[in-house]
Amino acid sequence: MKSIAVSAEGPSMDDPVDPRFGRAAGFLLVDPDTLATEYIDNGASQARAQGAGIQAAETLARAGVQVVLTGFVGPKAFAALSGAGIQVVQNLDGLTVRQAVEKFKNNAVTPSSAPNSPGGRN
Amino acid sequence: MILSVASGKGGTGKTTVSAALAWAWKAPLDLMDLDVEAPNLHLFLDPEIEACEKAHLEIPTVDASRCTHCQMCSKLCQFKAISDMGRTLLIFPEMCHGCGGCLAVCPEKALKPGLRELGEVCWGQAGEQGFFMGRLRVGEAMSPPLMREVKARWKRSGQTQKRDLIIDAPPGTSCPAVNAVMDSDVICLVTEPTPFGLYDLKLAVEAFRPLGIPMGVVVNRYGVGDAAVFDFCSQAGLPVLAKIPFSRSLAQAYANGRVLTRAEPALVPLFRDLADQLQRMGRQAKEVPGDA
Ligand code: SF4
Ligand code: SF4
Repeated sequence: MKSIAVSAEGPSMDDPVDPRFGRAAGFLLVDPDTLATEYIDNGASQARAQGAGIQAAETLARAGVQVVLTGFVGPKAFAALSGAGIQVVQNLDGLTVRQAVEKFKNNAVTPSSAPNSPGGRN
Repeated sequence: MILSVASGKGGTGKTTVSAALAWAWKAPLDLMDLDVEAPNLHLFLDPEIEACEKAHLEIPTVDASRCTHCQMCSKLCQFKAISDMGRTLLIFPEMCHGCGGCLAVCPEKALKPGLRELGEVCWGQAGEQGFFMGRLRVGEAMSPPLMREVKARWKRSGQTQKRDLIIDAPPGTSCPAVNAVMDSDVICLVTEPTPFGLYDLKLAVEAFRPLGIPMGVVVNRYGVGDAAVFDFCSQAGLPVLAKIPFSRSLAQAYANGRVLTRAEPALVPLFRDLADQLQRMGRQAKEVPGDA
């Protein structure tokens, strides 16, 4: 099974999905089989004047993530994630991390082929 | 000496003041429009442009076959303009500041210099005065590198010791504005006696004060608004060098791109006096460097 990262407003499965990818509070790495989680703080990216999405993509690539579940991804972050071979699922804002992971496991989501945000502040 | 004419926001009459100062300046003078996103000083001065040259920034390009994904370049780049994703090296040319760091650090010589067009630098003559300007390429996000090229072109004229320079700085208080004014001997801040004018003036003073360059204020459209701008200036120890009265004919002249002093001969003494004061401030600052 794949290793997933969900942009999250907090460290638990019941925290909301953070709609912003690059400037998300953090990422919850979830093993979809065991639902074991690990939280990565995204403060370093949040604080960046520019390149937040690229920094976040680098962090996830280094953590061996294969799929990202999130709300909005800007063009640069999208290019970075694609470059890292990471699949992106957008528009999952409004759900909790648990709901987003369930949706993904039930194949009820479509991986995105293009960014859905103009970027700049992502 | 170098004088920068700046303002905390656009539309205060900064370019009008630059043009009128150019007209009133007694010493040999060059003019530089560094409002590269929207240059318009040439509309007032109607210079004869001798040449325009494209300016570029050196950015990295990658020879993917040589890259071992060691990540030295991506760890070095503060701007995330180059980023190693494990299997792919990505370059975001529009985010690159051209520092050359990645090119120098790559142990595999996988990076080669490439070019990003910044815009163009134009120069010529406005009567006796030399004229220099930059025009940013549409879509280019960074103006300081192009501004540096315009300044470099002026330095290459070889006349910088013999001639004064007036810089029409970009409006605002962010990086480009600070970049434009930072090597001046004196800064002339143009504002209006309104709450908005005061707000932007405060920001400008805050942004420029750390540079330690003497500053003076020109209040445009004097007669509208209130006295708060003057109170602020006296508290902040900023001399008010001139008050340009508000009049319909001036507004008209501005809209038509005419130099104020030509449209309104009554303003000639005002601008002569302003030019004298600024020259004096600039020469003093040059004599006592660091004592600003
Ligand atoms: S030249 Fe400097 S800013 Fe540009 S990618 Fe290389 S390290 Fe980053
Ligand atoms: S420093 Fe050179 S070899 Fe290392 S990742 Fe960058 S381009 Fe590749």
